[in-house]
Amino acid sequence: MASIKILLDKCTGCTLCVKACPFGAIHMADRKAVIDMTKCTLCGACAAACKFSAIEMEKAAGPKKDLSAYKDVWVFCEQKQGVIQSISFELLGEGRKLADKLGVKLCAVLLGSGMEDAAEILGERGADKVYLGDHPALKAYQDDPYTSVMVKLVEEFKPEIILCGASTIGRSLISRVAIKTSAGLTADCTGLDIDTKERLLLQTRPAFGGNIMATIIAPGHRPQMATVRHKVMKEAPLTPGRKAEIVSKAFPEEVFASRTRLVEVVAEVTATVNLSEADIIVAGGRGLGSKENFALLEELAKVLGGAVGASRSAVDADWIPYSHQVGQTGKTVCPKLYIACGISGQIQHLIGMQSSKIIVAINKDPDAPIFKVATYGIVGDVNELVPALTKEFRKALNK
Amino acid sequence: MNIIVCIKQVPNTTDVRIDPVTNTLIRDGVESVINPFDAYAIEEAVRLKERLGGKVTVLTMGPPQAENALKEAIGLGCDEAVLVSDRKFAGSDTWATSYTLACAIKKLEDFDVILCGKQASDGDTAQVGPGISAHLDIPQVTYVKKISEINDKLAIVERMTEEGYDVVETPLPCLFTVVKEINTPRMPSLKGMMRAKAAKITKWTAADLDAEPSLLGLDGSPTRVVKIFTPEPRKGGEMISGSSSEVAKELAELLKGEVV
Repeated sequence: MASIKILLDKCTGCTLCVKACPFGAIHMADRKAVIDMTKCTLCGACAAACKFSAIEMEKAAGPKKDLSAYKDVWVFCEQKQGVIQSISFELLGEGRKLADKLGVKLCAVLLGSGMEDAAEILGERGADKVYLGDHPALKAYQDDPYTSVMVKLVEEFKPEIILCGASTIGRSLISRVAIKTSAGLTADCTGLDIDTKERLLLQTRPAFGGNIMATIIAPGHRPQMATVRHKVMKEAPLTPGRKAEIVSKAFPEEVFASRTRLVEVVAEVTATVNLSEADIIVAGGRGLGSKENFALLEELAKVLGGAVGASRSAVDADWIPYSHQVGQTGKTVCPKLYIACGISGQIQHLIGMQSSKIIVAINKDPDAPIFKVATYGIVGDVNELVPALTKEFRKALNK
Repeated sequence: MNIIVCIKQVPNTTDVRIDPVTNTLIRDGVESVINPFDAYAIEEAVRLKERLGGKVTVLTMGPPQAENALKEAIGLGCDEAVLVSDRKFAGSDTWATSYTLACAIKKLEDFDVILCGKQASDGDTAQVGPGISAHLDIPQVTYVKKISEINDKLAIVERMTEEGYDVVETPLPCLFTVVKEINTPRMPSLKGMMRAKAAKITKWTAADLDAEPSLLGLDGSPTRVVKIFTPEPRKGGEMISGSSSEVAKELAELLKGEVV
């Protein structure tokens, strides 16, 4: 069984570990760290924070797997209605860098029906090879056939890394694939790198409730799997005419069996632009005062070509549907521009939008916490400022 | 209908404050609550039971104090509660957590539906629900915003997507992860609170589960943390003042590069 201990001869009593422990499980006694084992969860934060290698974590060595057969970086490329989603290009951009560092191929995995022509674009976006699973059962995403095909591909071709979008499809699929292939999986990575010596994927993500970053590895397991949110990585550049080798894989019919059945795909008309894909988001909160005032935001969003977001209190007041909610119990977004109108900036909201590139905050309360994260802050009445902004941008953009 | 709800006890983020010096979370005095997304799973389970009869069993893996979250769930209408708790589970990542929960579910009686929140508010991975269904090898539908039809053989549900929703039909037993849109959770009733107080919680350790020891806790977790650091806090920038039209003009100028 796994264990943790303080090496007393190395511990200097510096208290770094006390601060690092997310569970308040470490205190100092006689200037040495002491771990309260009833509180410790073996999360490893203290060992990672210790500068003196004074915290030793022991893990029972599992059966040693031969990892040398695993190579190449794979990107799961999501398609909807035959259209490859832009998150795939972002992952190919990041995957290219990782593959180059490892000196291996970048491969795209594309599952669908009648996707052969569409697959060409993946070569132009940097893939060296495309594994194509083409079958009517793969036309639209269903958990069973997608999982089975991915697992078969992993078992046969043995990638060392798989990247996947942190989308509804990606998160549902890759979680199952990771279990079936006994792989390590890290969600929502904001940074990826390679330890070239150990050939390890270094996966950095927010952890322990938000504003601590953790770098996570999966030694001893292959493939190493990570999901990445939309807009976090830069799209791979397009090289027209660049060709990837297309590997079409056929499988026995039972691999495509699905217990669930897709009855209907419904697109909701209220969403002008998909919130997580939007480059610009105009979001409103309680400060707007009424449902009618949300129309002002819609107008500004329309002029900017952006989407409308909302805080929880605006959604709870029934001013706008839940699908627009940004924040902890809604969506996490990172657009290029986030305009927060009448949003005070509670931590639950900030969690969902603070990685936006530029944040503009408009609020009548000069002490509103939103100003602490805003690139540009304006103290004033949103219902006056938003129409003024709409007018200015309309002029500037000739709309 | 036998329903299992998997929940997690998490720190209440409404209490969370940030230490201005170290930029880390201040955990002292932060109360533990049921993961907000799991509240919708509990409510949906109780509604299904009220409509179709049967039993709701609430399950969690966690430290001994996670018992409080289970009691709260009983107060909200769940019938039975199981706490899976052991030092041997410490260090579990999502792989080992879903394995442990799946082992506990196998020990329970036959079930028709497993409900989970779409993700936990402290880890945000959304991996444990699908992980449980993969370990149990049952179908799943994630991000469910409505259970439109359900009988003892199958269910028709709406699954939220980025663009709208999918209508999916699934045989039972099946695992659903649910989103906020699915319902409005009730407040605990006085009767419920009394039931919660008197409730007996079933407690299982690793020895009670038919689990492979090497797949539990840190030993069974493929991933581990190697480094932690605190990112520079985002700093507030420039305040712009003036009349509405002046401010709008200045802002339009500043953002010109971003909005083309």
